[in-house]
Amino acid sequence: MKIVVCVKQVPDTWSEKKLDPATKTLDRASVDGVMNELDEYAVEEALKIAEATSGEVVVLSMGPEQSTETIRKALSMGADAGIHILDDGLAGSDAVATSLAIAKVIEGRGADLVIFGSESTDARMSVVPAMVAERLGLPQLTFANKVEAPGDGTVKAHRLTDYGYDVVEASTPAVISVVEKINEPRYPSFKGIMAAKKKPVETISLADAGIESASVGLGAAWSEVAEFADAPARAAGTIVTDEGDGGTKIADYLSEQKFI
Amino acid sequence: MDLRLSDEHEALRKAVEAFAHDVVGPVIGDYYARGEFPYPLVSQMAEMGLFGLPFPEEYGGMGGDYAALCVAIEELARVDSSIAITLEAAVSLGAMPIYRFGSDELKAQWLPKLTSGQMLGAFGLTEPGAGSDAGGTRTTARLDGDEWVINGTKAFITNSGTDITGLITVTAVTGEHDGRKEISSILVPAGTAGLSVSEPYKKVGWDASDTHEVSLVDVRVPAANLVGQRGRGYAQFLSILDEGRIAIAALATGLAQGCVDESVRYAHDREAFGRPIGTNQAVQFMIADMQMRAHLSRLSWREAAGRMQRGEPFKQQAAIAKLYTSEAAMDNARAATQVHGGYGFMIEFPAGRFYRDAKILEIGEGTSEVQRMLIARDLGLPGA
Ligand SMILES: Cc1cc2nc3c(=O)[nH]c(=O)nc-3n(C[C@H](O)[C@H](O)[C@H](O)COP(=O)(O)OP(=O)(O)OC[C@H]3O[C@@H](n4cnc5c(N)ncnc54)[C@H](O)[C@@H]3O)c2cc1C
Repeated sequence: MKIVVCVKQVPDTWSEKKLDPATKTLDRASVDGVMNELDEYAVEEALKIAEATSGEVVVLSMGPEQSTETIRKALSMGADAGIHILDDGLAGSDAVATSLAIAKVIEGRGADLVIFGSESTDARMSVVPAMVAERLGLPQLTFANKVEAPGDGTVKAHRLTDYGYDVVEASTPAVISVVEKINEPRYPSFKGIMAAKKKPVETISLADAGIESASVGLGAAWSEVAEFADAPARAAGTIVTDEGDGGTKIADYLSEQKFI
Repeated sequence: MDLRLSDEHEALRKAVEAFAHDVVGPVIGDYYARGEFPYPLVSQMAEMGLFGLPFPEEYGGMGGDYAALCVAIEELARVDSSIAITLEAAVSLGAMPIYRFGSDELKAQWLPKLTSGQMLGAFGLTEPGAGSDAGGTRTTARLDGDEWVINGTKAFITNSGTDITGLITVTAVTGEHDGRKEISSILVPAGTAGLSVSEPYKKVGWDASDTHEVSLVDVRVPAANLVGQRGRGYAQFLSILDEGRIAIAALATGLAQGCVDESVRYAHDREAFGRPIGTNQAVQFMIADMQMRAHLSRLSWREAAGRMQRGEPFKQQAAIAKLYTSEAAMDNARAATQVHGGYGFMIEFPAGRFYRDAKILEIGEGTSEVQRMLIARDLGLPGA
């Protein structure tokens, strides 16, 4: 089974992120990049499926030069090979353009399963997996917290919903996106880190992939950031003084906020 | 002129940093408070290959080097010293003597279990009456046919009494030449009749690490369990301790850095007189000095490790690194506790743990006085 797992390098989750006032896009230069956390779960799931089915895991990332670090990390966890879609023309691509580039590259190479994290911590749209599935004409099993892919041409997933989960099944090839409850991503070992150095990483430009530069990048984005402002400072919390009715007051507050 | 880490060492550093932050940090305080050995954490460290870092793949190792081990120890110690010393003692005291000096048979028999972290090794040098003066060893071993018969007591032995302790290599007097004791190292498998460990010590710090007194009463092991040459035990030990000092220096650097991490965070969050305490120059200067010491600590162990790995003399640099970093760790722990005020005296705050964990660094694997003696001797100053 050939599994393509898509990973994205994002600004460190814990760092303070800023928008560049000139381009209204995220200032990626000023913060450390890390592998998008949910993508670690995607890599782990891909590795587990590959281990059980003697499959192969190819890690794919679209992003600037530094994204190689994220590809290397997935390779050090155990993925077999990497693909880096790298082109200045891709800068500022929105979800629509990103899905176009990823789909185009996967289309040319084939895959039995394409696995994504269900969202990235920087953009948080959760739409790229679905868009890629649509473009490839493949079934999509998104928001999965359990996946069974025995390598017999079928794939089954528990798909998280507001009320629990649905059990969904599809034939492969298929696209999956995973949520964090699905597994415990492994930490790379030093042996894995050393081995990652020798694994092949193919760099693909827009021209290599046969993608027109007018269809991607900031210029082609369907959405536009019109304005942005700093997040408001956190307001002081509400203090409930317990005069024997503390519990009721807290319950009232929670129901007012529609938490209960 | 370069003390930076290679890309691979940096990737390892990041992996251990994430493990320490995400997995160790949230639970270690409870193990510490209960004085319990954290088996689940040790087994995850084993899965990551940390116990095999400086050993070749033929013995189940990761094919890394000593610097890789030190990088991992530093990152663990930024969050907790107990697990860092468990790794340090298992690798540099437990497995390394066998790897460096053991026969091919001993290596084949023991190293794969030690490098995989399935088993922990311990080293017993110190005795109730012989610490800095390790030559004052009273434990004896005599050959009886093809067996050693060992008698004696070892004090403060790390990793000697866990459920996964596999062996303790002990130093023992095996004879006398021209009025001088002949000291050798002998491997004693856990569970050998006559070998027992006392109740765990009640320690001031390192509460989630395993330390016992070890007693050996007519313990019999095969003659082939001699590690290295007969009569070379003492010299071999000293060479193991030289490199071990670099690992302890990395551990001390981690503690010193952990103190900075915690203090920076706290200085932002804690308010007094209507503003964060970090706005006070007095607090800022304390933290700036802490960062300076952590930084210099890191440079000192990396420089000593670089020398060692290039095959250059490094005895003096290792002693300096151990001495400087352990004093830096102690200074930083004192300052971090000060920055935290009363909360710094509570063991559920990392700063409180760091304060208790720092002191042993100026004592174990050669006291600060011993390091100064080594440096002075290396400078050719006259002996007593
Ligand atoms: C938690 C813990 C874990 C340990 N783990 C191990 C282990 O795994 N294996 C092991 O073998 N040992 C271990 N040790 C022992 C440790 O290495 C010794 O405690 C240390 O070497 C000091 O020896 P000592 O305690 O006998 O002190 P002593 O040697 O009695 O020293 C007492 C004081 O006298 C000073 N002093 C001694 N001689 C001189 C001199 N000539 N000139 C100036 N000052 C001097 C010392 O510097 C010190 O300040 C551990 C200890 C602890 C506390």
